[in-house]
Amino acid sequence: MERPLTQHIRPGEYLTAAEYRKTGGYEGLKKALKMTPKEVQETVKRAGLRGRGGAGFPTGLKWSFVPLGPDAPRPKYLVANGDEMEPGTFKDRLLIEGNPHQLIEGMIISAYAIEAEIGYIFLRWAYKKGAQIIEKALAEAYDAGLLGKNILGSGFNFDLYLHTSAGRYICGEETALLNSLEGKRANPRPKPPFPQTSGLFGKPTIVNNIETLSNVPHILRNGADWYQSISLSEDAGTKLFGVSGKVKNPGLWELPLGITLREVLEEYAGGMRDGLQFKGLLPGGASTDFLTKDHLDIKLDYEGVAEAGSRLGTGTMIVLDDKTCVVGMVRNLEHFFAQESCGWCTPCREGLPWTEKILTSIENGTGKMEDLDILAGMTKTLAPGNTFCPLAPGAMEPLQSALKYFREDFERHIKEKRCPWRS
Amino acid sequence: MLSEKEIKEIEEHFAHYPRKQAAVIEALKVVQFHRGYVSDENVEDIARLLEMTPDEVDSVATFYNLIFRKPVGEHVILMCDSVSCWIMGYENLKDHLSQKLGIDIGQTTKDNRFTLLTIPCLGACDRAPAMMVDNELYGNLTPEKIDEILEKYK
Repeated sequence: MERPLTQHIRPGEYLTAAEYRKTGGYEGLKKALKMTPKEVQETVKRAGLRGRGGAGFPTGLKWSFVPLGPDAPRPKYLVANGDEMEPGTFKDRLLIEGNPHQLIEGMIISAYAIEAEIGYIFLRWAYKKGAQIIEKALAEAYDAGLLGKNILGSGFNFDLYLHTSAGRYICGEETALLNSLEGKRANPRPKPPFPQTSGLFGKPTIVNNIETLSNVPHILRNGADWYQSISLSEDAGTKLFGVSGKVKNPGLWELPLGITLREVLEEYAGGMRDGLQFKGLLPGGASTDFLTKDHLDIKLDYEGVAEAGSRLGTGTMIVLDDKTCVVGMVRNLEHFFAQESCGWCTPCREGLPWTEKILTSIENGTGKMEDLDILAGMTKTLAPGNTFCPLAPGAMEPLQSALKYFREDFERHIKEKRCPWRS
Repeated sequence: MLSEKEIKEIEEHFAHYPRKQAAVIEALKVVQFHRGYVSDENVEDIARLLEMTPDEVDSVATFYNLIFRKPVGEHVILMCDSVSCWIMGYENLKDHLSQKLGIDIGQTTKDNRFTLLTIPCLGACDRAPAMMVDNELYGNLTPEKIDEILEKYK
């Protein structure tokens, strides 16, 4: 089993530029600089790399919307999205803290593919250690002539800066992130125009997730066919899968796309802690639909999880056990989403606190049966297309699936006028 | 008045952006680093430096939850209250910490040692429950471990 992204990562230390080079690092960049930008884009397209931040958009296709050539608006920008604030998600932290040059190489190659001259790594506030490591790695890369003017004698120029954020989940939404980078409130922007043509400071911009960008050096070094061959699925490549909750061995593993949910849960996460039964899980962070024990044999790839009614999302799973109250869990999630709503559009700003209040009353034993109809109505009102950005529709995914699979638990709270899970 | 050091540190960020107003979040963070929080007077100072209005600076400052517009204690405790930590026992730990410090979420101890805040998911879910004290991350928390951690900051 190949683990290109994580095989050289050592716990507690980061790979320096020299160490990264010994593992074949920056070889992909050398290859890319001998190709045309279009050829690099084609290689990534053929490899089938899809966005690892949650939405799964094909990376090469995203890049292809950026205007190229001498008439394109300048400067163009490449931004690494390291906001990683989706609850239950802890995958990019490992890549940032463990192998920062893999990210930097991925960014130089990606910038070359879209002819961008300026890049930013947008990092969430909490990743203090990661920020220090990236600053060191950037200095090493500048010293080695891998960043700045005339990179490795190719004539290509690319400057890369670290931007550390000051909080707020909405910064992970790519247009909100761009507003934040411009020093504004992180409200999402209307689309169109799409960032690929009018993004940061009104110039063509690509925003890619840290894990997505970390895949790029390996695709260039080993080729699209190799990348296709290392997965167990139509979807190419590996994915960082994580498990949290009351399993025996919570953790993070790089595994081929197409591995089954059961394998990850039982072989890697070690199954449930003694005395607990598996009840369900959110497969890809807080804003994905619950899956249950009926779904354990699905393949973990974009199609497989979608067919089961959820999303691969960030690939980091949150496990619900039988001794944890699902109403309490969903209330916790909706509290998060209500708090993190940027307040820009009405359905989200008003609907999410309302949802949280209803769930709180059900959890506290003062809910009514009609409340379940209001919650169901909320999942329609806050559905995709009714809001500016995906925050509120994402918030409805765990709620709508909890009402579908665990309705009985909600009804028990209302009938018994208390939470049956609290003693 | 901003110190010369603060102004120099803020100005270092100007070169990263096509216009200096883009560095406002960095400016707020620089001031907070040196003073613990950003006062009304500091908002006006930053506005002058970046050629913005104080309202424009404040609209940014108040959007981001990790820019403090009120004084905080010497150490800020940020307890993760998101889903994985909640499943792993956040509520009991919060009660323990609250009781131990004699303050509720959002408050500062009388001796000005600690401010207690909640924070969304810290990205340490495999080590849940987790919290940060200033820049340090602590995971796999238990009441006993929290007591030990607090000792370090006394």
